Amino acid sequence: MTTDMRVIEITGTAIPLRGNDIDTDRVIPARYLRAVTFDGLGEHVFEDDRKASEGAHPFDNPRYAGASVLVVNSNFGSGSSREHAPQALLRWGIKAVVGESFAEIFFGNCYTLGIVCAAVSRDDAAEIQNAVEADPTMEFTVDVDSRTLGSGSRQWPLSIPDAVRDGLVSGTWDAIGELVGNPAEVRRVHDSLPYVRGFGAD
Amino acid sequence: MGKTLLEKVWDLHTVRELPSGQTQLFMGLHLVHEVTSPQAFQMLRERDLSVRYPERTFATADHIIPTDSRQRPYADAMAEEMFVHIERNSVDFGLEFFDESTGRQGIVHVIGPELGLTQPGMTIACGDSHTSTHGAFGAVAIGIGTSQIRDVLASGCLAIDPLKVRRIDVSGSLGRGVYAKDVILHIIGHLGVHGGVGYAYEYGGDVFDAFSMEERMTVCNMSIEGGARVGYVNPDQTTYDYIRGREFAPKGAEFDRAVEWWETMKSDDDANYDSVVDIDGADIEPMVTWGINPGQVAGVGEKLPDPDSLEGAQRASVEEALAFMKLRPGAAIAETPIDVAFIGSCTNSRISDLREAAKVAAGGRVAKNVKALVVPGSQQVLKQAEAEGLHETFLAAGFEWRQAGCSMCLAMNPDKLVGDQICASSSNRNFKGRQGSPTGRTLLMSPAMVAAAAPAGEVVDVRTVSRPTA
Repeated sequence: MTTDMRVIEITGTAIPLRGNDIDTDRVIPARYLRAVTFDGLGEHVFEDDRKASEGAHPFDNPRYAGASVLVVNSNFGSGSSREHAPQALLRWGIKAVVGESFAEIFFGNCYTLGIVCAAVSRDDAAEIQNAVEADPTMEFTVDVDSRTLGSGSRQWPLSIPDAVRDGLVSGTWDAIGELVGNPAEVRRVHDSLPYVRGFGAD
Repeated sequence: MGKTLLEKVWDLHTVRELPSGQTQLFMGLHLVHEVTSPQAFQMLRERDLSVRYPERTFATADHIIPTDSRQRPYADAMAEEMFVHIERNSVDFGLEFFDESTGRQGIVHVIGPELGLTQPGMTIACGDSHTSTHGAFGAVAIGIGTSQIRDVLASGCLAIDPLKVRRIDVSGSLGRGVYAKDVILHIIGHLGVHGGVGYAYEYGGDVFDAFSMEERMTVCNMSIEGGARVGYVNPDQTTYDYIRGREFAPKGAEFDRAVEWWETMKSDDDANYDSVVDIDGADIEPMVTWGINPGQVAGVGEKLPDPDSLEGAQRASVEEALAFMKLRPGAAIAETPIDVAFIGSCTNSRISDLREAAKVAAGGRVAKNVKALVVPGSQQVLKQAEAEGLHETFLAAGFEWRQAGCSMCLAMNPDKLVGDQICASSSNRNFKGRQGSPTGRTLLMSPAMVAAAAPAGEVVDVRTVSRPTA
């Protein structure tokens, strides 16, 4: 009955995606939000960018097929709050995103799905992307607990906020259980709010 | 040491610190629309959960619904299906649903304020990144994803990390033909599209003191384009005057008590900010974006950047943007030809936006090769505009006059660019493919600038065409 939700380390090959400010409209165009489920999003990830690159996009490159670590640059996932973006990446097979920085809503959406977003320096991002491009068979381990990315003898430090690290490692990243678990406490806060109480009419 | 409004609201709504270290924050208002919610309701069904605070949860349909014919069933079968879902979910979970028949349908960030649901000191959640709009009232309004919609529906709460606060002061006054849209585009150009990550933006200073609520909403709306998930303005008399008398606003003596409380929620004079930025209002020009993110923006009198003068990642970004936009390095942004003109979106579809645009459009004629449309933000805005005859001004000038919705801002309905059409748009995002065609191009600007571009068939400085206000 209980599923192990812990996200302690992720091992797999990587896929590099260069560029700053890649927004969620590019991750999954709005026409794929025309659905009442998240099913089938994986095949449409980066669809328009892929079409525009005429086969040269990393997500169309068979050398990166099966990758689980996406390596990006700065401000990845900006724009729309659509959870469809991390859902599409997840359904394609991405379990961790390593990059210079992330947009805030995207980062939060990934966390609620148990997808790791880990930051590295600009130089490290470039080094990792270069390494993967040179040898796509390189296997990486994202060690969430120790906050390091390793491949063979090489290692890079990862920046993951404490709360996010702890939530992933302990398997408590899906907050719903915690949030519905203390209704009386929530009700007390609700009841104390001036705008709920008619602004102190009592 | 005093506190900011953000800290006060945060403290008041904190239920507890979660084991993860995040805050369990109560949401005083939850707004729901048809596109990001169906999966969340499905998750509730799968877990046998109900909506904990249905009386604090309101739904509407804006993203996918058609803006031409509203005949049911909609011609677009997917729009019909998504509409049926929000309709049924509202009934099943006991939410008030503002559909067409209520006369209160519209873009979620237009109707929340207009119905008086949005009030100072509240926490507000909505499954849309432009939820920051509601911060104009001194609320802490947070855009969320679908799993978080599930969380707020089921518990009334959000798990969230605390935010820092950056105060952005715009002093002095704005020149003629310079609007709230230009202020936020200038701020984003100045601080960058990710300068606000981790921050709430608190806007203030002379320019914001003088702004109407609708102008404040335009600025707060695009906080997220600067990377800030939350943006707000401290409440003042302008705020209270706007709220008074609206459907869900406190009434009578309760309103007076509300104002007393709202006054206490403002940032204290000795509040501590994590960052402070000062901008002189006189430095702001009518702005136009030229690239593929809202930080790639210039004054209408400026020239496009030349990548040859830049290095590294910055050079690559500019090259990519200009190549996509098919614009020449170093060219003037003015006189860029346009194919489409769009006035609408949660940024700029309110009555004051339409009034300003109509003033500029009056008496002119949309250029022969330009498709121009005006999409009011809500049924109430539409009704008011028609009462003032604005629709006749637009129609006489060759603009289409549509029903309320998000329309060509994100093009989930049939309002789309075709091929590599280039659109002068009062919306908020110029991302690649944003307006429905993968190669479509967007130039963001104020509604008045769009109204000026439509008859000219190219980008023009609204200050050179705008007619004197009567």
